[in-house]
Amino acid sequence: MPSARAGDPIREFTGQAVSESERADLRKELGLDRPWPVQFADYLGGAARGDLGTSFIYKKPTVDVVLAKFPASFELVLGASLIVLLLCVPAGVYCAVRPDRLGARLILGLSVLGISVPVFLTGIVLITVFSVWLGWLPAFGRGETAALGPWTTGLLTRDGLAHLLLPALTLSSIMLPLFVRLVRSAMLGELDHDYVRTAWAKGASPFRVWIVHALRNALLPLVAVGGLQAGTLVAYTLLTETVFQWPGMGFLFLEAVTRSDIPLITTYLVLVGLLFVVVNTLVDLASLALDPRVSLEGAR
Amino acid sequence: MIRFVPIFVAVLLACAFSVAASEGKTLRMAYDADPTSLDPHEQLASATLQLSHLVFDPLVRRRKDNSFEPRLAKRWEQVDDVTLRFHLRDGVTFHSGRELTADDVVWTFERLKKSPDFKALFEPFESASAVDERTVDIVTKAPYPLTLNLATYIFPMDRVFYSGTDENGRPKDAVVKHGASFASSHVGGTGPFRVTKREQGIRLELERVPDYWDKASPGNVQKIVLTPIKEPATRVAALLAGDVDFIAPVPPTDFKRVDAAPCCDLITMPSTRILTFELNQDRVEAFKDPRVRKAMSYAINRDGIAKKIMRGFATPAGQLSPEGYAGHDPALTPPYDLEKAKALMKEAGYEDGFSVTMIAPNNRYVGDARIAEAVAAMLAKINIKVDLQTMPKAQYWQRFDARDGDILMIGWQSDTQDSANFYEFLAMTPDSATGYGQYNAGGYSNPEVDRLTLQAQTMTDETRARGPEEDRADPQRGGRAAADSVAAPGLGRA
Repeated sequence: MPSARAGDPIREFTGQAVSESERADLRKELGLDRPWPVQFADYLGGAARGDLGTSFIYKKPTVDVVLAKFPASFELVLGASLIVLLLCVPAGVYCAVRPDRLGARLILGLSVLGISVPVFLTGIVLITVFSVWLGWLPAFGRGETAALGPWTTGLLTRDGLAHLLLPALTLSSIMLPLFVRLVRSAMLGELDHDYVRTAWAKGASPFRVWIVHALRNALLPLVAVGGLQAGTLVAYTLLTETVFQWPGMGFLFLEAVTRSDIPLITTYLVLVGLLFVVVNTLVDLASLALDPRVSLEGAR
Repeated sequence: MIRFVPIFVAVLLACAFSVAASEGKTLRMAYDADPTSLDPHEQLASATLQLSHLVFDPLVRRRKDNSFEPRLAKRWEQVDDVTLRFHLRDGVTFHSGRELTADDVVWTFERLKKSPDFKALFEPFESASAVDERTVDIVTKAPYPLTLNLATYIFPMDRVFYSGTDENGRPKDAVVKHGASFASSHVGGTGPFRVTKREQGIRLELERVPDYWDKASPGNVQKIVLTPIKEPATRVAALLAGDVDFIAPVPPTDFKRVDAAPCCDLITMPSTRILTFELNQDRVEAFKDPRVRKAMSYAINRDGIAKKIMRGFATPAGQLSPEGYAGHDPALTPPYDLEKAKALMKEAGYEDGFSVTMIAPNNRYVGDARIAEAVAAMLAKINIKVDLQTMPKAQYWQRFDARDGDILMIGWQSDTQDSANFYEFLAMTPDSATGYGQYNAGGYSNPEVDRLTLQAQTMTDETRARGPEEDRADPQRGGRAAADSVAAPGLGRA
């Protein structure tokens, strides 16, 4: 599906002095000279048989190339999600139950800042502070990885974890403010309910009222929104991975775009689309399990 | 019309190097990209050549002063008008343990002639033949001055290592531009390092070969780890943080910062690339008038661009070929005279100017889009209204190849390190049969330039040296002829 917008892959792998006729031969060899409907039909035919093409840059089947980068992206998203989860609940609850404290105002102020600073800049600032000035953490890459069968992981080595920290923090900076505000407003909503008043009247401890009663209900929207935000997270891995030279799928995709590796671009999009479907399905099933008001019966 | 030239890349070295002296150092390098293939003949690109110099050795190579240094060829002599004889060094072994012979050189030469990227460069050659175990004759079709220049591209490969077929039954010596091949993932050379580990796009590890033939240059690096870091800001940060010892290229915005940092030295090298704008005469009637082309050249303040946009890391160019190349004419200096430009426009009848489009890439050359913006603004001063469009290189080349723009930016480096190459590709009349003028998107055509460029191609060093006057003659006169009409016309370089 080479179109004027995607660029010409042939240009990418030939030197400047290669003649036009030589390029035309290569184009023919790759079938890029055929009209696009023919190429597309050919592509669909291949896809139906599980063949999504061969990457120009990596010279391997594109599915293998993208999947080989999946662990890196997954661990980055996992790290970022953990940071978001661990921080958003206490921060959100605190902001809801003690809205007038300086701490709460500070957290909300920072969350505005966090959401408005581009992830790119966050990454560069973190690198400058923690790698260049303080020298505590490495500036780029994934560090040492261990292989668990086909999966390479950086979570098992100290070096790998040190490399993960800054990128995960950068990626979480996009989601964290949103979730803090989400938890806060959900909590505020719950605190107004009758059952909370009843709990207070019963003389339950603040911890019991806030955490056991209110928070449990406040977390429901978190799961639903969390699922929808997974897509945004994937989009931001593109930038985070580029800033940190993180060898994941997002970095791979940008590389493919700049080098016009069309098979790789399409495969990435297909696989990420698949990922969306799977994640959203899981999220829907999770809300089904968590929220008794949601049921499949109603849909019938 | 615009050309400023060169100086461009900066390289820098970190402290780890000064610590060196002792044995077993690991050098950690970060480039903007890693080589996409280990095959030295797959793509003619600087990343390929950099790798080739580590894992292979060329027959000859350039010294800093541009003279030739013997490598695998210990000496060479001109046998007759068309034959250059190379005598190979004794006792050079491939990483496989085999000894280098003349047959390996011939084999490599023939593979080069088959490579889509190199065959055009090797077109002037008739053949290579082994005279004996250690002697090779390279014969050209006609007297040709650049045999040695091209010998810098001959990195003898291990003929036996690349023979036979791989596990998929394909010949191991195949040059495959796309898709996997044996040579793109295996290396058999004579170089100081061999590849020990490669994860494409992540890291490339090389290790010093124990019995490297060049004992005079033992070095102190035992291991090299090459990591690509695509994002310039991260690359600089990695250097400053001490995560890597060496980075290239250094983004111009960080030159001062890196230079000032105690950890690192900034090393700059002059570039031979010219950046120029071609004026498409097929689309704009006014560009056919040499006075207009000249006026545009006069209107561009190359000095200003070199200083302000390139921060002094570029030099204004008055001609296609850079200083130091045979054929460079120091008398051709870049013009800048706004009054004269206006007068010329008036004389040509375009006092009120006209509107044109301009296209330029925004991620191909250092500062490309900003230079294009500056030039567009400068042309506005002589009433030429420029509608500028910049785009990523992936899209740019399609537009450029289709000549889809009135003014088109192009950067050029001479693969042969010779002046004539610039004229051959940028200034000669476009001819799809011969390939001349392939990048002359302006459609500029001057029979005198064509004639002189072709003539320069068949003058050997000896004929060039015959009389200093005539010698300089050709490439240079070509330059002058071009400067009169072309340069004025549409060439600039940065």
